[in-house]
Amino acid sequence: MTRSKSLTRSTVGKKAVMAVTGLMLVGFLFFHALGNMKVFFGGDAFDHYSHWLRTVLTPILPHEGFLWLARVGLLAAVIGHIWSATSLALRAKRARPVKYAHRKPVQGSYAARTMRWGGVIVVLFVIYHILDLTTGHLNPNPDGGPFARLSADFAPSRWYVTAFYVLAVVTVGFHLRHGLWSAIQTLGRSNERREKFLKGVALGFSVLLCAMFLSVPFAVVTGLVK
Amino acid sequence: MNLTLRIWRQNGPGDKGRMVTYPLSDVSPDMSFLEMLDVLNEKLILDGEEPVAFDHDCREGICGACSLVINGTPHGPQKATTTCQLHMRHYKDGDTIDIEPWRARAFPVIKDLVVDRTAFDKIIQAGGYISAPTGSAPDAHAVPVPKADADAAFEAATCIGCGACVAACPNGSGMLFTAAKITHLGLVPQGQPERDERVLNMVHTHDELDFGGCTNTGECTAVCPKGIPLETIGRLNRDFLKASKV
Repeated sequence: MTRSKSLTRSTVGKKAVMAVTGLMLVGFLFFHALGNMKVFFGGDAFDHYSHWLRTVLTPILPHEGFLWLARVGLLAAVIGHIWSATSLALRAKRARPVKYAHRKPVQGSYAARTMRWGGVIVVLFVIYHILDLTTGHLNPNPDGGPFARLSADFAPSRWYVTAFYVLAVVTVGFHLRHGLWSAIQTLGRSNERREKFLKGVALGFSVLLCAMFLSVPFAVVTGLVK
Repeated sequence: MNLTLRIWRQNGPGDKGRMVTYPLSDVSPDMSFLEMLDVLNEKLILDGEEPVAFDHDCREGICGACSLVINGTPHGPQKATTTCQLHMRHYKDGDTIDIEPWRARAFPVIKDLVVDRTAFDKIIQAGGYISAPTGSAPDAHAVPVPKADADAAFEAATCIGCGACVAACPNGSGMLFTAAKITHLGLVPQGQPERDERVLNMVHTHDELDFGGCTNTGECTAVCPKGIPLETIGRLNRDFLKASKV
């Protein structure tokens, strides 16, 4: 078996694909959350930031060039992540044809046990999220700017949208709590001495990211930003 | 004490198998778990029934033969021990105990609670060895080994290959076993010449035998009778990626 083949076909290689694509997506999420914080500087600052994303690196790149490069990269990461996850999930299913009659989880955290279904919820949310706030198809104010869409989205009367958003963000948090450390372990960068610390970092980062994402609907619902 | 046992019975590899309930009375708290099953089997034989087949050998926690999933946990509730080291004082009168074999495609059931663990031998054959010149034994300290490496290698070498890691893993992965061997041989100088080939071949064989992939849940290390740490899998990952020239 050649080395390149062994990499993409083996379980360890697939995990490495999952880890690297996952870390790319975490990087995106962090900058996405950071950009969202613009909302606390007012609607104009938020819209201006959104506009800037379309003009960054122009005129070396065409209008929205950077944005599309990022989108292509993210799509590739998402496809790689889902491909490796699906492939490993199917393999796990095949590896235990007869289930236990009596089974209880021993150590794995809630986050670790819900990676697969959590991932499915996140994908469904991302699809909705793009149709809602990026393309505007599912937004009550499709012709408005980014901030207008945002404030229309989290209007108190549409509490169920806010609730779904909160659920999705918390799911992402759980996903990252296990996923971040797991990626580091998969890439061989964890050991017994570092394990506790790295798990702490993963938890802290997940909580911070959740807090940043949840602060936006919280600010809109409470009228903190108008 | 009186117990209700629910035990997996399967006549052979082709049989579908089922959980069968057996009441057992007058169990002494001083019995080991396997002695309790011996008592059940004596009773079954006297009643003209087929005794329950289960693997056991040394009964002192070093051979790796005993392999029972007890109430959903491989080797039962006591940490860092094998089934044979578990005693009935951990149970109380009236308890119901579910006893199942290791469940994995790579470990097919031979009969009742006995599974075929040849798959582990195949992983060892793929690279769980070093090549050394024959002849008289070398001096014990001819090749110096850093103490920390020797300790970590020895810790990994305590793996008895029982397969509890596979039985506990939600993915049916044999990664902790494989990683223990990678660590055991990869940390000492004698294991260096074949280090790259070893990890590639052992992981490849592991995957070919229909074990699942690791998702770092840590179920394996929690049930391991020898407490093989999860960091061994991190070391396997690192060695594998390095050997794959990533």
